[in-house]
Amino acid sequence: MKIVVLMKQTFDTEEKVEISNGSIEEHGAKFVINPYDEYALEEALRIKEQHDAEIIAITVGPERSSVALRTGLALGVDQAIMICESEQGDHSYRIASLLAEVIKPLKPDLILAGLFAVDSGSGSVALQLAQLLKLPHASAAVKLQLGTAEELLVEQAPWSGTLALVDRDVEGDVETVIIPLPAVITAQQGLNEPRYPSLPGIMKAKKKAIIERYPSELLSEVHQADLISSLTVRTALAPPPSRSAGRLLSGNASQQSKQLVQSLIENNTIERGGN
Amino acid sequence: MSTSILIIAEQKGSSLRRVTLEALGVAATLLNGRSGDIVCFLAGEQVEELKLASNALTTHGANHVYIAAGEAHQPLQALTSLPPLLSIIQELEPEYIIAGHTAYGRELAPRLAAELKAGYIADITSIEESEGQMYFTRPIYAGKAFETRVFQGSSPHIVTIRPNNHEPALAADSIEPLNVEPIVITEQADAPLPSIIKKVVQRMSSSIDLTEAEVVIAGGRGVRGSDGFKLLQALADELGGAVGASRAACDAGYCDYSLQIGQTGKVVTPQLYIACGISGAIQHLAGMSQSRMIVAINKDSDAPIFSIADYGIVGDLFEVVPLLTAELKALQK
Repeated sequence: MKIVVLMKQTFDTEEKVEISNGSIEEHGAKFVINPYDEYALEEALRIKEQHDAEIIAITVGPERSSVALRTGLALGVDQAIMICESEQGDHSYRIASLLAEVIKPLKPDLILAGLFAVDSGSGSVALQLAQLLKLPHASAAVKLQLGTAEELLVEQAPWSGTLALVDRDVEGDVETVIIPLPAVITAQQGLNEPRYPSLPGIMKAKKKAIIERYPSELLSEVHQADLISSLTVRTALAPPPSRSAGRLLSGNASQQSKQLVQSLIENNTIERGGN
Repeated sequence: MSTSILIIAEQKGSSLRRVTLEALGVAATLLNGRSGDIVCFLAGEQVEELKLASNALTTHGANHVYIAAGEAHQPLQALTSLPPLLSIIQELEPEYIIAGHTAYGRELAPRLAAELKAGYIADITSIEESEGQMYFTRPIYAGKAFETRVFQGSSPHIVTIRPNNHEPALAADSIEPLNVEPIVITEQADAPLPSIIKKVVQRMSSSIDLTEAEVVIAGGRGVRGSDGFKLLQALADELGGAVGASRAACDAGYCDYSLQIGQTGKVVTPQLYIACGISGAIQHLAGMSQSRMIVAINKDSDAPIFSIADYGIVGDLFEVVPLLTAELKALQK
């Protein structure tokens, strides 16, 4: 089985975000693998342990993104591909097209990705890729099993070959979906507990090669008109409206509760007759 | 052909989701005084039920409603909605396509964008018009910053809107009879279905989705266990709200990850957010700091959550939360 894992390098979620000269200040920030992509990668590693798979990790991004791939290699990724993209326009159709060009000839059985990236947060690229590759998808997976219809105890499946039985989070409910491979599956929190790389793994990863690919070469197959029609651009970037500390309520617990309810009624947050 | 705007409508149970009414409001904003059609797409199992919902959509400003009915649409699935939607889009050539940034909408929108080679701006919290140009603002880094984007390419333009951030369209006062019959699509899928839903396990105790809730009661490590969350649920029930949690509470196994609020997890913007036993890590603040009114209850007066709370109670949540519930109960009488 061949598994492609899509990875993005993002700010650590404990980092503050600062804006300077109209863009996000990256200097001195700690970067990590997007937390949702870590679940995707971990799932690929677990499948590899059970089914004997080859894992190919792919990232699109600037130079620094290679660190994410290096971590992937240390964890057990077999091949790492870096699409060197210096443009940071969050042009999701362009990114999905770049990925599609690289992935098409690889003919993977499974493409795993995070549900969304914690920076841009659209959750768009993996599903656009699925559409470009004409693959089905299951998003927000919290449990994934692979096997034939027989192995998965699926009756009357209209497909032969390997299927994915996916428990997915749908606004808190769990939906069990069956899709045939090849397919795109995105990982939700709770899918697994990502592991840390081992020291020998890190040492070995340093020697492994990262394959570099370039948009100039990859986009020759993509219609320029499609890249233009799908373009959106950022015109402004601003910090969130600031908040300051309000009022600490005094007295004992009973007095504090009374004051709070009274205040919430007075400023029309709740209604006197309850909501 | 006149301008049209397509809304991907959604129901929850048998009523329209609030975010769909908000999308109707957004459609009016995008028309910006121009004449044009607001068209809705609604998928579901029962034709009769969809027709009722279709009436509600027209009362709230939709000019036409397309209905895709059948077993394959229960539960709603992006992959089964896609083919009928694409054929409607081909016919209408809409200027904008609007969906809620919900589980359904955020799966459909990227697929549509890739198929139509269209621009897509997700999770929009506000829209402004200036000299004929529409500016769309959305949170990035889960709300640690906000970016404004514009569409540069040709239409259709695809947007998803964040629930709770846009004014819903109001129901029309006029009592003139509705003369708009919905257009029913009963397509026969000739290809095998792209996926099969085996079962759905409803785990949410309340029917209110966290991201759409007007009141959120969230618990952190201070809640100390699933029993503590029951106290929070009682308060949420009293306020008609939903329960959420911090990463620490989810990691500790007090509640399910689907309740997590933060940069990983969900971003919520309710009218009222009550943080109980939550210290206020940066990653949590990102997910809730845009709430209209924030109340913090925490034993530790130095907890960072107090620095963004409108009202702070330094105290024991196990004492304060039941008192608040009782106080609100007394109000009802």
